Amino acid sequence: MAKTIAEKILSAHAGKDLKSGDYAICKVDFCLGQDGTSGLIIDALDKIKAKKLSARSNFCMVIDHSAPSPNIGVSAIHKKMRAFAKKESLKLYDIGCGVCHQVVLESGNVLPGNLVAGADSHTCTYGALGALSTGFGSTDLAITLASGNNWFKVPKTLKIVVDGKLAKGVYSKDLILHIIGDLTADGATYEAVEFYGPAIKALSMDERFTISNMAVEMGAKCGIIPPDDKTIKWLKQWTKKTIKPVYADNDAVYDNIKHYDASKIAPQVAMPHQVDNVCSITKLKGKPIQEAFIGTCTNGRLEDLKIAASILKGKQVHPDVRLIVAPASRPIFLKAMKAGIVKILVESGANVVTPGCGPCVGTHNGVPSDGEAVLSTANRNFKGRMGNPKAFIYLASPASVAVSAITGKITDPRSYIK
Amino acid sequence: MRLKGQAHKFGDAVNTDYIISGRYKFRIQDPKELAKHVMEDLKPDFYKTVKSGDFLVAGSNFGCGSSREQAPIAIKGAGIQAVIAKSFARIFFRNAINLGLLLIECDTTGFKQGHRLEVDTDKGYVVNKANNKKVQITPLPGFMTRIIKDGGVVKHFKKHGGFKL
Repeated sequence: MAKTIAEKILSAHAGKDLKSGDYAICKVDFCLGQDGTSGLIIDALDKIKAKKLSARSNFCMVIDHSAPSPNIGVSAIHKKMRAFAKKESLKLYDIGCGVCHQVVLESGNVLPGNLVAGADSHTCTYGALGALSTGFGSTDLAITLASGNNWFKVPKTLKIVVDGKLAKGVYSKDLILHIIGDLTADGATYEAVEFYGPAIKALSMDERFTISNMAVEMGAKCGIIPPDDKTIKWLKQWTKKTIKPVYADNDAVYDNIKHYDASKIAPQVAMPHQVDNVCSITKLKGKPIQEAFIGTCTNGRLEDLKIAASILKGKQVHPDVRLIVAPASRPIFLKAMKAGIVKILVESGANVVTPGCGPCVGTHNGVPSDGEAVLSTANRNFKGRMGNPKAFIYLASPASVAVSAITGKITDPRSYIK
Repeated sequence: MRLKGQAHKFGDAVNTDYIISGRYKFRIQDPKELAKHVMEDLKPDFYKTVKSGDFLVAGSNFGCGSSREQAPIAIKGAGIQAVIAKSFARIFFRNAINLGLLLIECDTTGFKQGHRLEVDTDKGYVVNKANNKKVQITPLPGFMTRIIKDGGVVKHFKKHGGFKL
């Protein structure tokens, strides 16, 4: 029977032929936890009382959500993670290594065709490598770590085809915000999404990670981009393992097929307090902002920082705006230093903070005040997300955020991009 | 399973940040302490209005957003015995089942704040005592009902030495 990518990957990991709607026990290739979820993973493992951790060598923990620790409660969780990692000889990436999803990508542990489970909803990011990668809760992750397996429902698949070419000043972030605005926050609940079309093929790997990262914001289980030469080249930087991409059959059955034209998309903004509350940036032109944030598992990669630096070079951040930049990982931070990007950002008045999630999840490093508006490159703008339920979060591309940080108000980046 | 309780009504797309904010989930580990902040950003002091055995009633896409298991933990910790919604987001759905928190999927349009509801999971309906109208429940797959009856996925896993699909 013809299969989608999700049907093929889950069949291969269950050792039997599966189609959408089936339930199966599947072997998981890689799994992870972060400091918001690992405390509960450790508690659940205590209750499971497994004799051994079957997935021990295919697991890691990353301290990224509040790193370095901003308070005693978080310090206790970090201490618990460090002690557990030591006791069980597990891989732990401590503070400063970066956001778990960038750290895992750079570890070379995820390959096309893999089945990956992470105790973090943005685990779907690795779909850009052609893996079936999805978010789990802590107890699910503990069972996966203990047994090496978990149960999966084989999802239906939504095929998204993006034709045309993105205009100058318009990025993959704008494209995925536009798609989420159209499909809504539950438009793909429990579905796999496969992305196709010339506009997707034209994206760099950094841009593709942004697309797959936000698949969960439309409720999807995973957002898969079929691997091509760019994927293979990118992977070869990080791994020597054999790469075996998995592709959908030509006559695979899709639940729905949606077409978009990239050339018709303007820079987009997701308005408070829902990610699918999306409009063209032109509608918000002139809206004052008090904070700007560039970073996260969505847009804290080298290309994102490069774009921001190209805009901020020789300019100053508006006196009424705080600009915070968090590189997604230490290797990115170092590369940005070598390339002079960090110097440009700091000279412009930006505050470059430790690689990690902090501002996006409201734990520290830039909690906005009451009534303030934040323009952020993150993936969520829920009320209270950045630590204050009385603040207003707008989501946009790194270019839109950088330009707006200079003007002090939401600004269309297209006229600023050479 | 037959349950009775009062409805606490919320709207669509209640995300896990609203169920329990990141401000608390990173530093509080005690479920009872977490429960004091459940739904706080939508209704301050919500937990004070909950009586043990009440229902949380919502629209579509309940539990969207982050994978935090503190969300169903805080709901359970507040004494809520089931969440009744038009639909649930995927990760929350798994987390709730795993922890043994009952989820009822049905059309919640007619359920208002304070309505008394009676749930019969075996017969597959919810009766709204305010007007005695019956609403059909979308049944859970048998496998998930087994996990809930076993008291959550950890007990299920230990009881069967693995998953019993």
